[in-house]
Amino acid sequence: METLRFNFSGGQRRLDGARLVGVVGSGNLEVLIEQRPLNGGCEVEISTAAHGFGPIWEAVVRDFHQRWQLADVHVAINDMGATPAVVSLRLDQAAESITGDVK
Amino acid sequence: MNWQTVADALFPQGHRIAERDNFLSGEAQVGGQTVAIIGTTEHTPIGVEIALAQAAAILDTVRAHPGRPIVILVDTVGQRLRRRDEMLGINSYMAHLGKCIELARRRGHRIVGLVYDQALSGGFITSGLMADACYALPDATIRVMGLPAMARITKVPLERLEELAVDNPVFAPGPENYLRMGGVAAIWRDDLAAAMEQALLDAAPEDRRAELGLERGGRKLARPVAAAVRTGADVQAA
Amino acid sequence: MSSYQEATARQRIAGMLDPGSFDEFLPPQMRVVSPHLPQLDAPVSFDDGVAVGRGTMDGRWVFIAAQEGGFMGGAVGEVHGAKLAGMLRRAIDENPDAVLLLLETGGVRLHEANAGLIAVSEVMRAVMDVRAAGIPVISLVGGSNGCFGGMGIVARCTNGVVISEESRLAMSGPEVIETAGGVEEFDARDRALVWRVTGGKHRYLIGDAQAIVADDIGAFRAAALQLADAARGRGSELTLEALEAEQRMLTSRIDRFGGCEDPLEIWEALGIEDPHGVPLLETDAFRELADGHREGAAA
Repeated sequence: METLRFNFSGGQRRLDGARLVGVVGSGNLEVLIEQRPLNGGCEVEISTAAHGFGPIWEAVVRDFHQRWQLADVHVAINDMGATPAVVSLRLDQAAESITGDVK
Repeated sequence: MNWQTVADALFPQGHRIAERDNFLSGEAQVGGQTVAIIGTTEHTPIGVEIALAQAAAILDTVRAHPGRPIVILVDTVGQRLRRRDEMLGINSYMAHLGKCIELARRRGHRIVGLVYDQALSGGFITSGLMADACYALPDATIRVMGLPAMARITKVPLERLEELAVDNPVFAPGPENYLRMGGVAAIWRDDLAAAMEQALLDAAPEDRRAELGLERGGRKLARPVAAAVRTGADVQAA
Repeated sequence: MSSYQEATARQRIAGMLDPGSFDEFLPPQMRVVSPHLPQLDAPVSFDDGVAVGRGTMDGRWVFIAAQEGGFMGGAVGEVHGAKLAGMLRRAIDENPDAVLLLLETGGVRLHEANAGLIAVSEVMRAVMDVRAAGIPVISLVGGSNGCFGGMGIVARCTNGVVISEESRLAMSGPEVIETAGGVEEFDARDRALVWRVTGGKHRYLIGDAQAIVADDIGAFRAAALQLADAARGRGSELTLEALEAEQRMLTSRIDRFGGCEDPLEIWEALGIEDPHGVPLLETDAFRELADGHREGAAA
């Protein structure tokens, strides 16, 4: 498994509680999104079975931060080879599940 | 291992055990009392008939000899792998045997299991593993599956599994590993008759295997996780 | 209609329980993951593939567990099994109206081999203890992976099984049998055969499932409650009487059907005039036909 970590700042949107979406199956991933005191930051931590896709993860996660602008939020991912499209979908589902908003 | 040799060593005060189609049944004397014996031999696969025969023997004991201790002698290559057994619902026959053993326990019968030769997976999950405690002889084979088949199904390289099996009780077959994980209460080495007598005295209805696994270091999370779920506290890892 | 089969474990729980009532034990944010998978370079799941907790269901107070078939085939490892066992023990402490086990699993998780086997055995013991405490335990089998291995045994240790025709309940999978005995013994690619032998309709007909429902979460809920109420009514614990009746039923099953080559012959022997038509029937029509011919079963 490869572990990746990304940190963002500048977000304003805060959340309450924790939620899990997705399943760790082939071509899929689970996303655990939760409130965490991070001085306003947003952290994304990824454990992935697919090695060497760092730049793609970074791009996907950066886009996610652009869309949601979350603050004091930790996102943890267990990934089993999902495509970037599926990753984006799950990230949005995770944020939606905890905010009630659909983007 | 020849079941008669084992029976002679276990029950020097006497035993009357019959074997029919690899199904063992009968009685023996231990510490001055009569105990019921059920079991299997010749590494027999457990199919619907032999599961049912074992269950019948348990029910007969419960009905005719209330409170009589029961000893389960295990030697099996695992569940029988046939379409016919699946069609007939072998999982139900196995469950039925497990439930009969549980009923006996509830009614005060002490139940001791002994793996004297082989015990694979589904073959002993509703016999030996349903006893109050399961014991093993040192040369017994106890495992879920052979490492090559496990490698094929999990897609983990065989070399990796073999490497891990060296000191990780999770993968390695053998009674020492089940001992460490709490699945086997003890391995009987010398005086089998004394060990059997003690086991019957020690037999108790609570399932202590998760505690044993924690104490012995083979399963460090089973007990803490179950306890945390039960009480709502955090997991107190060892 | 909300497909039970297509739903994830958490979606099934959400669909079965009254909205907002699910109180999860050891939720995923506690990250109680498998200690064994990382050394095999296999991914972990934050809930180790099973969600356990309690909630209300049509006003009834229930404990519930749902296995996630999408993670490691729903197979039972050390943590997964301990969550199930802990939930069952807590049920004895708190005395809910029923315990529901949403089973979708291949059985013992081979990646955790020995730990998984002992875990399944501990779950089996715990199920029986819950029953002895007067609390009905009902199994729901509706996932695409079915319910196999040691958990297929656990299902038949509970007070009742609700199954759908889409799902399967057995011990060894067809591939395992084919590997052991050849394609003549069991052609694992013959889907129709696989479903005849291990699928919901056959299990309902021979008496191994006590309810068969359409692939709908609401239907599973209703049937589970019905079975739980019935079990409470007659007493959930094991009795000598019930096990003797089961002994007779299982003996008769071998006598009557042990010589059958295919389940079609069993269905015919049960008095069904058009056994070939059975797989084609919709759930309600099937149930109506089956109820006139099927084996009753003790649990």
